Amino acid sequence: MNTLIFRTVAPFLTALMALFSIFVLLRGHNEPGGGFIGGLIAVSALAIFGIANGISAVRRALWFHPMAISAFGLFIACLAGLMSAAFGVPFMTGLWVYPVVLGVEIPLSSVMLFDIGVYLVVVGAITSIALALEAGDDT
Amino acid sequence: MAASPTDLSAAFVMTPVPAADWLVVLPPAWCLLAGAVLLMLRKSLRLQALIALPALAVLVVIDGLLLAHVAVNGPVTMVMGRWLPPFGIAFTADLTGVLFALAGAVVAFAGGMHALADIDASGRRYGFYPFLLLLMAGVSGAFLTGDVFNLYVWFEVLLISSFGLITLGSEPRQIDGAIKYAFLNLVATTLFLVTTGYLYGIFGTLNMADIASKAAAGRAELPLMTLATLYLLAFGMKAAAFPVNFWLPASYHTPNIVVSALFAGLLTKVGIYALLRTLVMLFPVEREELSFLIALAGVATMILGALGALGQSDIRRLLGYVVISGIGVMLAGLSLGSPGGIGGAIFYALHSMVVMTALYMAAGLAGRLAGSFDLNRLGGLYTRSALFSALSLVLFFAASGLPPFSGFWPKVMVAKAAIDIGAWWLTAAVFLTGFLTTIALGRVFALAYWRPATQSLPAQTISASALLPLAGLTVLTVVFGLFPEALLSFVQHAEQGLSNPDAYIGSVFPGGK
Repeated sequence: MNTLIFRTVAPFLTALMALFSIFVLLRGHNEPGGGFIGGLIAVSALAIFGIANGISAVRRALWFHPMAISAFGLFIACLAGLMSAAFGVPFMTGLWVYPVVLGVEIPLSSVMLFDIGVYLVVVGAITSIALALEAGDDT
Repeated sequence: MAASPTDLSAAFVMTPVPAADWLVVLPPAWCLLAGAVLLMLRKSLRLQALIALPALAVLVVIDGLLLAHVAVNGPVTMVMGRWLPPFGIAFTADLTGVLFALAGAVVAFAGGMHALADIDASGRRYGFYPFLLLLMAGVSGAFLTGDVFNLYVWFEVLLISSFGLITLGSEPRQIDGAIKYAFLNLVATTLFLVTTGYLYGIFGTLNMADIASKAAAGRAELPLMTLATLYLLAFGMKAAAFPVNFWLPASYHTPNIVVSALFAGLLTKVGIYALLRTLVMLFPVEREELSFLIALAGVATMILGALGALGQSDIRRLLGYVVISGIGVMLAGLSLGSPGGIGGAIFYALHSMVVMTALYMAAGLAGRLAGSFDLNRLGGLYTRSALFSALSLVLFFAASGLPPFSGFWPKVMVAKAAIDIGAWWLTAAVFLTGFLTTIALGRVFALAYWRPATQSLPAQTISASALLPLAGLTVLTVVFGLFPEALLSFVQHAEQGLSNPDAYIGSVFPGGK
């Protein structure tokens, strides 16, 4: 798999897929998409990068350990649920704010925070598995 | 939440949620939060225990407050995301669930403390404490949820964490045990999932309160017998009931001893809890039909567990059979269905959580002091530490069901309930099991503790952090053996709440249906 063409294209493909995964994540609120599927797309991007450039390149590019990423996702997903305690509504109730930035109203919600948490859990956990499998291939 | 013209009260909880209701979701949410933080700090080995132990202590406090709240106000419900039940997932804490959750939290705290001495740096690097917290998230969630599918999800959470714990260290022996454990547990969980799918097809709801009232209304034409039987098989496998108990002795002796202790205290009891919840609260009439079958399985589990314990020479394997034998007593209580029977089963489960965890800890310490787990080689423990030997002896008596320790009362309750309906053979089996277990554990004491050392013992001492949780759990069994009234009254109320779930249903559907 280590051809020149693949190695040249892989970084671009990875960047494009990572961008697309975020698009799918944000689109998921009212349309098909969401944190889980977005996370899987991001993992595929990282896997391609790993196949082309080796797993140490992926680990460097990620900066954080994949398990820590997934733990952070779990953490903010939990916080997103606990936030509703401050508003007298049950656990995991969707809370919304509508800040206006440069004349554009941007709806933000705890639901989105939860979805980002799911995204990070999936990215971290599956990347961890994918890297372990690819590492097994090298040795 | 901008002003909206639609009437939300048909779908949403509109009344403000009192702060005390948050206690219902806090145990699993808190464990997930703490587990996530520990996982992020996986490389900081010093911080792991420093964060995990206070987090587990807070869990005990939360469960304690929840118990106080539920004991005063009856079952408490919170629905996720504001959606009204049966559409929103409900968390409902009744006395049975909270008692189990509190006992589980106490056991986990003791285990986390014992692990200070038992789990080495590599075990911590592989994530013992994060896995423990996530295991507790699964266990607390399973005890507190009011939704059958959600129960399945928590089963998966605790199962995945337990896979992590059982392979901690990655020795070939552990992988061998883990594969048997994982495969057979996955079969049971799959059966649970299939049954739940079938249940959803029949009722069109997964909310336990809703199922309980719909089952009571439409018992004549619904295939509830099939559901009850399938749940009995699935959860019986989880609880290690005969004839689907073979995974337990094949796997419980392989992991670190703290992990065995936690598994023995927590996992099979989640199966027993699920059996109580489904068979007593949801399908009581079907349980009555199945009672002879459950009683037979209980007797076989009891006797074979005790005989298995007699036949083993490795203490850890021996204790695995003692766990199984205790499950038999709980099944016997379940099969009776009378207040004494169900109450006895709940009481025995709580007792067993504490005592089995402590017994595994004692076995671990014995193994460390004498350098072996083999009864043929162990010896001379009494001369090494009289205090430790005394604690072990108390635990052996408690596990055998001898007075004045906590194992005695639930056995009496079950035996009495069996005599009341004329099932003398069930009573005889309970006493025979107690007798056999006494012999099996007495043999351990005679060989490992009384007998003079047959070889020179390694120079090992018991650290305070290992002895303290053991002593704490032992004190619990003594206290609840000498003063069982408080726990007994809790257990009786818990049993009433299960057998007559009106308060439970009223808590989920406050306005009636």
